[in-house]
Amino acid sequence: MLEVKDLSTYYYLEEKIVKAVDNINFSLDKGETLGIVGESGSGKSTVALSLLRLIYPPGRIVSGEIVFNHKDLMKLTESEMIKIRGAKISMIFQDPFTSLNPVYTIGDQIAEAIELHQGLSRKEAWKKTVEMLDTVQIKDPALRIKDYPHQLSGGMRQRVMIAMALACQPELLIADEPTTALDVTIQSEILKLLKELQQKFNLSIIYITHNFGIIKEICDRVIVMYQGKVVEEGKISQVLENPEDPYTKRLIDSLLALRGK
Amino acid sequence: MRKNRLAILGFAALCCFILVAIIAPLIAPYNPDEIVESQTLPPSWSHLFGTDDLGRDIFSRSLYGARISLTVGLVAVTIAVLIGTLFGAISGYYGGLIDSIIMRFVDVMLAFPSIFLILAIQVMLTPNIYNVMIVIGLTSWMGVARLVRGEFLRIRELQYVEAAKAIGCSNFRIIFRHILPNAQAPIIVAATLGMAGAILTESALSFLGLGVQPPMASWGNMLMDSQAYMRDAPWMAIIPGILILITVLSLYFVGEGLREKLNVRG
Repeated sequence: MLEVKDLSTYYYLEEKIVKAVDNINFSLDKGETLGIVGESGSGKSTVALSLLRLIYPPGRIVSGEIVFNHKDLMKLTESEMIKIRGAKISMIFQDPFTSLNPVYTIGDQIAEAIELHQGLSRKEAWKKTVEMLDTVQIKDPALRIKDYPHQLSGGMRQRVMIAMALACQPELLIADEPTTALDVTIQSEILKLLKELQQKFNLSIIYITHNFGIIKEICDRVIVMYQGKVVEEGKISQVLENPEDPYTKRLIDSLLALRGK
Repeated sequence: MRKNRLAILGFAALCCFILVAIIAPLIAPYNPDEIVESQTLPPSWSHLFGTDDLGRDIFSRSLYGARISLTVGLVAVTIAVLIGTLFGAISGYYGGLIDSIIMRFVDVMLAFPSIFLILAIQVMLTPNIYNVMIVIGLTSWMGVARLVRGEFLRIRELQYVEAAKAIGCSNFRIIFRHILPNAQAPIIVAATLGMAGAILTESALSFLGLGVQPPMASWGNMLMDSQAYMRDAPWMAIIPGILILITVLSLYFVGEGLREKLNVRG
């Protein structure tokens, strides 16, 4: 369904060029979950943004193909790309506290996504928004829909973000460390929810994190990134038990060391 | 707290002036442009603020002058805010070359001594009330542009803007629906303070004879009429002067109060 070939994204800073993503390749099947692990600055978030072509100066996608459903996204115009974002490929972000606009109700924001892509009337979009809030297991969705972001907890806001991302039934969801800013208990609830929604919508997920524990729980396959390059790729069990790359080994060891304490 | 009390006081004064301006035809004792008495009578019960050099009632003229001065201030500042917001938003949102070009243009406009620019334009055009509003608006948008640019530079990096892009919002939609509402507090403060400036500029222009044209009364051209009578009829100058002072001061107090309340820095 998704095939990324030789993707490179560089940041052209004044004193140097940062190769945030350097010639990476990977693919993803329908309904599959791919984990991308790596330390901070390894380029994993840049991969996510590159897939949606949300890279702005001084950054630039230098080369590569992003083949999604047999279409190369790199060849689309910006206005064609806008129709893909949110409709076919969606994204959720790390910090649920800043990823909702403070001046609109959560209902407004979810409905906006629906109105943008499905040409529904305001009333129909609101009805669908209530359904979406129910789908992400928010209680009393008809009441909550009128809440502003500051009235909700972090976990609730992340659920709202998920509702917004999935409102138009996309085929691919890119989750960029969606639970990193949350408590451990909320974290596992969100992961559980994501798994259920994946079943329900037959969704493909790219899950970005630095946490191997989460990867193990949710992903089928994993790629390990280090300094913009893919250093290891494979089935999750295989990578965890038998890492080939020294960096992957260290990453797993450090995780075990932390667990050991 | 003290600032707050001043702001409320200023707000009350402004409300009074606006109300008075709206109902001027109902409460004005005389026709403002009509000669009703002998010339330069001092204030009395029949002419609260006295009469001017032609024998017109200054109280009635002040009421109608409030209409003109406040309207000019409001319209001019609206024009300035619209232009400034548009340029500032584009500049801050897109950045790069567009930003550099717009900001250098702002610098050039700021480097111009605007009062002379306004005078030059007014001399070329027929000086009437509409041109006054437009010209003041066109020469006072730069502060707003800089302010809005700064806000856009800050807000465009926030994650909810990225999230809006990720659900497929166009740039236009992001600028006007997602960023602008979050930048409104400093714009409101700038508009309030800008209105005070616009009213002062209107007065200065009318005082120089290049603003609102007689017989239409504005506080500025009432001041101009008083020039030759400073000694014999000081109330002719003092009254419009005090009205301008109270209005501008009230706007400053309200602006400062809003700045504090809305937590705007700078």
